[in-house]
Amino acid sequence: MHPAITAALTQTDSWIQFDVHGLASQFWNNTVDGLAQGGIYALIALGYTLVYGVLKLINFAHSEVFIVGTFATWLTFYALGFRPGADPHLSTIEVIGFLLLAGIAAMAASGLVAVGLERVAYRPLRNRNAPRLVFLITAIGASFAIQQALKLIFGLNQQPQIRLLQPQPLFRIFGAVVTNRDIILFVAAVLLWFLADYFVNKTRLGRGIRAVAQDPDTATLMGVNKERVIVVTFLVGGLLAGAAALFYMMKIPQGAIYNGGFLLGIKAFTAAVLGGIGNLRGALLGGFVLGLVENYGQSLFGGEWKDIVAFVVLIIVLMFRPTGILGESLGKARV
Amino acid sequence: MNIRERWNNLSRPAQWAFLIPVVVLVYFLPVLNPPILATSGTDFPSAMFDVARYALVAVGLNVVVGQAGLLDLGYVGFFAVGAYVAALFTSPNSSLHKLPYLWTLPLAMVVTMIFGIILGTPTLRLRGDYLAIVTLGFGEIIRLLADNVTPLRGQSGFERVGTNNAGQPFFENATQWYWFTVTIIVIVLLLVGNLERSRVGRAWVAIREDEDVAEIMGVSTYKFKIWAFVIGAAIGGLSGALYAGRLGFVNNQSFDVVTSMLFLAAVVLGGAGNKVGVLLGAVVVAYLPLRFVQIADYNYLIFGIALIVLMIFRPQGLLGARQRLLAKGRQAYQHLIGRGEQVSGESALAEPGGNQ
Repeated sequence: MHPAITAALTQTDSWIQFDVHGLASQFWNNTVDGLAQGGIYALIALGYTLVYGVLKLINFAHSEVFIVGTFATWLTFYALGFRPGADPHLSTIEVIGFLLLAGIAAMAASGLVAVGLERVAYRPLRNRNAPRLVFLITAIGASFAIQQALKLIFGLNQQPQIRLLQPQPLFRIFGAVVTNRDIILFVAAVLLWFLADYFVNKTRLGRGIRAVAQDPDTATLMGVNKERVIVVTFLVGGLLAGAAALFYMMKIPQGAIYNGGFLLGIKAFTAAVLGGIGNLRGALLGGFVLGLVENYGQSLFGGEWKDIVAFVVLIIVLMFRPTGILGESLGKARV
Repeated sequence: MNIRERWNNLSRPAQWAFLIPVVVLVYFLPVLNPPILATSGTDFPSAMFDVARYALVAVGLNVVVGQAGLLDLGYVGFFAVGAYVAALFTSPNSSLHKLPYLWTLPLAMVVTMIFGIILGTPTLRLRGDYLAIVTLGFGEIIRLLADNVTPLRGQSGFERVGTNNAGQPFFENATQWYWFTVTIIVIVLLLVGNLERSRVGRAWVAIREDEDVAEIMGVSTYKFKIWAFVIGAAIGGLSGALYAGRLGFVNNQSFDVVTSMLFLAAVVLGGAGNKVGVLLGAVVVAYLPLRFVQIADYNYLIFGIALIVLMIFRPQGLLGARQRLLAKGRQAYQHLIGRGEQVSGESALAEPGGNQ
């Protein structure tokens, strides 16, 4: 063999490694962290899934809906008088109150952007009965425009971190530290998912959403206001993305950056596909599975390979099970 | 009679008689350096090379997006592969065997074709928007590999790409690079134009308009989709190798998603499926930010908004729109005089209520 090729091959061991020992020792830490991270993915994934279920549209700009929420969170903290750098000493009640306030602001901002997007970009296309490719390109354009607008307003760099909640270790599972933050993230994700699931499956508007997902024309004939259902769908997706933005800022306080939505968005979409897009339970399951797989992959291959793991998982899932673990089912009459 | 019809009615030699002066004019642009067109930030020949590079990318991406109707959001991945092939075989930073730069161009095409087959075989079974996301993931994987794989040298990158053993670059100045690239574009346009008129091209159009119907009519859709994907990939790789040779430097910084989106914007803006249209789109996307540097901060924002507005009012792009109106007019005319001939020329993008 040519010496250069041999040299290139022998170099390989230096750039990728299989740290099985690291994976074993970090397993429970990874599990805790993966579930916390997975909760965030799941909440964003719900937005993709809802919109996809109703409109069969990959709302490419949903990642920007989410990142607007992170900026809203940061601005709320700032408006409340917190400044980067100084770690404030607050009582538990104060922390909860401020976080709730920031959460409401983030949900309002994200919800507003999602509904505005629907109004400005997608509704004119629907009125013109445009093909799906046109919707997708519009979504890309919208994602681009929002991202660049944020860049013009807030600049190229990350907003400096403002941390309200100091992670406190609460207890240990098999040696892995579980902090109050991890618990909040996990519980809140499951709770919000439960609310969304209840909304879609048990309420009158939710029935409308399922009806439109199943057959828009028949649903319209049966007296469902399709346009209203679509607006509500975007709104719910936006609200969940806003909540996800708050949790993301709790986990990564320096996370507000103009292009930060892209990676999270595509991972959340992966989570939605993983669980079965159009399926609310699938979004939750997919989020947690992706969070776990990514963290295990990080220990096994090293941190710089974390993102590749997510993309490779996406491609493999689409190859072998394009409908995801639980299958596509928002439109099915499943109660 | 309108322009397109008049053009179509000209004989082949007459068309050439018109086209050749245009091509000659395009060749001489950097020498003439017209003051209206002159760019302030970069020197004019370099700007023209950038435009030509975008034009080549747009022609390649047009095969995938415009002709076969496959939305590829990771095209920059192929571009990156081409650039890295050129860098690995010509830069003194690489431990691989050195090749003359000219040889790396076909090599880059072959390697990107292999990448196209690897990516296309599993993913082209997917439909529309899934394919878009997977290709987006592919583009990111390529970028992350460039970050993480040590032999690809991450941010420090490869220097003196495209130089020979004596350290001389392949071409001395930007004007020569521009001529070289324009020549390649002309060749590629001729080849792609022939493909378009062949059985392959008709199969692509059939797939683009309605995949199910194409399949029922006996078009082997999977095979032709792979063909489109691979040919598009090869042109992307070629363009990447040219870029690497001209710049002389390759690292992991110039292959992000934004670049992919700009490539796509060029194709969609100009009119997917229309060769002249995508060339125009490439000129708009590459040239305007160089000409009007004062809007450079806003150009991505403007592209984003332009894309939304365009999709709402003119989903078939700048030139596609004219073609569509003409096709409608011709249809009406032929209906009037009692000939039921069908006129094609609408892309899937133009067709209202297409493949829902």
